[in-house]
Amino acid sequence: MSRSFIARNPSILWFLASLAVFTLVITVLSEGFGIGLIPTAFVKTLGKTLCLCLVAVAMDLIWGYTGILSLGHMAFFAVGGYMTGMWLMYARTEEIVVQALASGPIPATPEEVAQGVTTQIFGVVGGSDLPAIWSFAHSAWLQLPLVLIVPGLLALVFGWLAFRARVNGVYLSILTQAMTLALALYLFQNDSGLRGNNGLSGLQNLPGLGHVSQATTSILFFLASAMLLALGYVLAAFVISGKFGSALRGIRDDEQRLRFLGYPVEGYKLFIFTLTAMIAAIAGAFYYPQAGIINPAELAPIASIYLAVWVAIGGRGRLYGAVIGAAFVSLLSSWFTGGMAPSIPLGFYTIHWVDWWTVLLGLSFVAVTLFAPKGIGGLFDRLAHIATPARHGAALGPNDGALQEKEAQE
Amino acid sequence: MFRLLLPLAVALCLGLPGFAQTLPEILSLERAKIEKPSRQTIGPVIDAITATGDPAAAALLRAWGDRHLGLRKSDGAFFVIAPEGAGWALTAPDGTSAGLAAKADVTELKPNAGVRELIAAALVQFTLSDPDPANRARALDAIAKSPAASQLEPLRAAIAGETDPALKTRKERLDTFLTLQFDPDSAARIAAIQRLEGDTALDARGALNPLLLTTRHAATALPSDENIAAILPADLPGAYDLLVTAGLAPARLTPKDQKDALAAHLRDGAVAGVPLADLATQSGRDKAYEALEQSGAVPPAATDAEVAAALKSHVFYDAYREKDKGVTDAARAALASIDTKVGLMTATDLGLDALSLASIYFLAAIGLAITFGVMRVINMAHGEFIMMGAYTGYVVQQLIPNYTISIVVALPLAFAVTFAAGVAMERLVIRHLYKRPLETLLATFGISIALQQIAKNIFGTQARPLTAPAWLDGQLAFNDIIAISYIRIAIFVLALAFLAFFLWLMKRTRLGLEVRAVTQNPTMAASMGIDPDRINMLTFGLGSGIAGIAGVAIGLFAKVTSELGSDYIVQSFMTVVVGGVGNIWGALAGAAMIGGFQKGIEWLNPANTLAAQTYMILFIILFIQFRPRGIIALKGRAAGD
Repeated sequence: MSRSFIARNPSILWFLASLAVFTLVITVLSEGFGIGLIPTAFVKTLGKTLCLCLVAVAMDLIWGYTGILSLGHMAFFAVGGYMTGMWLMYARTEEIVVQALASGPIPATPEEVAQGVTTQIFGVVGGSDLPAIWSFAHSAWLQLPLVLIVPGLLALVFGWLAFRARVNGVYLSILTQAMTLALALYLFQNDSGLRGNNGLSGLQNLPGLGHVSQATTSILFFLASAMLLALGYVLAAFVISGKFGSALRGIRDDEQRLRFLGYPVEGYKLFIFTLTAMIAAIAGAFYYPQAGIINPAELAPIASIYLAVWVAIGGRGRLYGAVIGAAFVSLLSSWFTGGMAPSIPLGFYTIHWVDWWTVLLGLSFVAVTLFAPKGIGGLFDRLAHIATPARHGAALGPNDGALQEKEAQE
Repeated sequence: MFRLLLPLAVALCLGLPGFAQTLPEILSLERAKIEKPSRQTIGPVIDAITATGDPAAAALLRAWGDRHLGLRKSDGAFFVIAPEGAGWALTAPDGTSAGLAAKADVTELKPNAGVRELIAAALVQFTLSDPDPANRARALDAIAKSPAASQLEPLRAAIAGETDPALKTRKERLDTFLTLQFDPDSAARIAAIQRLEGDTALDARGALNPLLLTTRHAATALPSDENIAAILPADLPGAYDLLVTAGLAPARLTPKDQKDALAAHLRDGAVAGVPLADLATQSGRDKAYEALEQSGAVPPAATDAEVAAALKSHVFYDAYREKDKGVTDAARAALASIDTKVGLMTATDLGLDALSLASIYFLAAIGLAITFGVMRVINMAHGEFIMMGAYTGYVVQQLIPNYTISIVVALPLAFAVTFAAGVAMERLVIRHLYKRPLETLLATFGISIALQQIAKNIFGTQARPLTAPAWLDGQLAFNDIIAISYIRIAIFVLALAFLAFFLWLMKRTRLGLEVRAVTQNPTMAASMGIDPDRINMLTFGLGSGIAGIAGVAIGLFAKVTSELGSDYIVQSFMTVVVGGVGNIWGALAGAAMIGGFQKGIEWLNPANTLAAQTYMILFIILFIQFRPRGIIALKGRAAGD
């Protein structure tokens, strides 16, 4: 008990060190600050991947540690993206409008600028008034806190309703998926106030930094994402260590027993659900400026399931597993779907990976679920010579889905 | 004297149209007008031709209107002409052939559109009493399409002689429509309107609605000669624009006009003494404009106070285009009575729509009710089984061109294909995960994306048609409002059949008994000699097979794409969860509720089906608050956890 937080979790140091080395190498090789060996587009891909790693850490907290398979976290991710996107798009459009109006003989009034921005942004969906949800978009200080507030409130209300009604297990998964679908369908409407399926675009241009090249911006975002991932990782490691973390694992293994022991299970679940939603939202807030565009298709229920896939392949119940899974699968995925993987000629048929990658992913996912529930992270156990105690026969808890992993050691 | 007057009188009499004359007489007399007709002058001539009642007149007018009338230059006689070799074949209006003529010998008459319209109106009378019923029906169609006052008399004249009862009814109905619009006698119009009370047909509403068209006006005082529909409050949007349009008030200054005016008077970095920097606010601009106004450089613009005063001192009203108050009152009453009836019928139609949507959800969910509801296995690939069924139907249609036979073959084949797929999946994957439901969800999701991509690779991304047999085309229409397509009826029947089949299977067969036993307590069932593995396999195969059949049914009205299944999967799970897991009646109730609710929201907000789905899902999330275990919840031990 007296040992420090870091000493009890040596994996944190290992992780931070590797992340630092990785960041340093990429920065040196980049076009913005270094010798220009890595193209800007790839720096952006890496920066986006770091954001995906962060949301995977959040997913691991809620699923790997608390046992709640949420299929809605990519929705929080996208909502976070929308919130920054609103400010970025407004500020950027404002710059353009001010520039355009400055060429007239009479200086523009604030009303004219606002009207011009509205027409620029909403002309495409036939709107001429700024929707009420854009009231804060003109100011970074008012809009950016919404990155945390909106998804946090959404998660709080939804979680409170769901956990209060004791919706558990697969029911909760389906319900979160339905929530994601509802949100996506809502955003797809043109009168939702967020430009319907056009989404928000031009987010890669930072307001006030028009003179800075994309090469520099991309590396700045990359560094910020790395910093964020480090912070998120340490926060997650802190949450799961100590008593609170034990309670979370208790919920995963036998919720009922924990409730009878007097723990306010709903409170724990609500806290972790909201916290992870906010982490996901921050990740999204940094992801979409690097992607440059966001539209409601990003909220499709399938995105959240992919998130679960990453965490499962990386290894649930260990934070570095989530990071490895997200990085590995998303980079591999962009390699395969980018048409860079060589096709395999079979004589009678040629396998083009653009077409068959999803099939491979789906099947390898089934294989991981069946044969390697620990995922890639399990390899580290091999290295450290940690073997799961042989507990064939009875599971740890009577509940379906009680895992038999290495918690006994922690 | 008398000898002098007689030819004059004859000439006068002959020259007056409408006087009983024979067709040849009119033609010879009015040759010049017919040859070069103008819309203003030809009317009386056409009336005279019509008045002869000569059957040849109809032929002549028809040819004239079709631009097939020619004038032989040698003697000035009119002929119906048809191209024949290098010249024209001539036929006299009374039908006798008059041989051939060279093109140069005949002047083709080409009346302009205005004249042709008059000719067509005159022809209606002939066609209305044409011996061929098809021609009469065509004439009625023409009148219904573009009613005109001039058709009223010919139509009435043609009613008495009508022999075909169906056409007679149509004529009488058209007479009503024409009367209420064009009759000079307002009592007759009101009577016609009252005949339509409670008539829900579209054409009746279409005839009544134009009577109630209004135009919006502004005036200093209410005029007495207008038929006023409503007096409007002065604060209605656009009221001031009405005043401006009517010339009763000066135009308001738009920000753009103001800016342009200021820009035009920009001198040395200032406008009327106001420096340029101050013009970046609205108040600064107003100040500069007022200064310009005082110097007389710009016309005065209406200030807010002037606008308010102008609005106060005028009245705004909607006036009916129809000036007769009795007519508009009657039309309003008739429409009100129709609206009540239409409302009831729309509700019925909506109920039918909801029923058919519910049966689609039920079909999509019934397989899930077995695998998820009975076995508690969450199968995310269920949607892909639906898709496989639909593609099976598509492939069968490629091999068997007859749509009826191909559907009959496709239904069992789709069952077989998806049954096999389901059994394979159960054996290979799900069997190992019975204790880990969340992982079943993920593994079956992996299978789902793999299957979807494979379908995309095989069939491409574009939608494939699955065509329903011809006898399922069209719809069963009770009247203009209540209608349901035969495909939807077929799907409803199929859903009922599946319900019956499921109940029979579970309650009346050995297999059903064993399934229920294994679901309730696998260990006990095994000790009674039931093989749980076999039962699980069969149950899962059965659920998947039903999904395949549902796929064929859904494919009949939706486009078959690789995403067909994922469009239904969330709704299907919702149906099962809302209805209550483990109970077929629950799935039925869930489908009915979700289908009815979705149609209800669509009815409130018809333009936006996306919003309907959003609100439906929100509703479900709230509903689960109050009945977490669904509408029909299992109680006691059967409820499991």
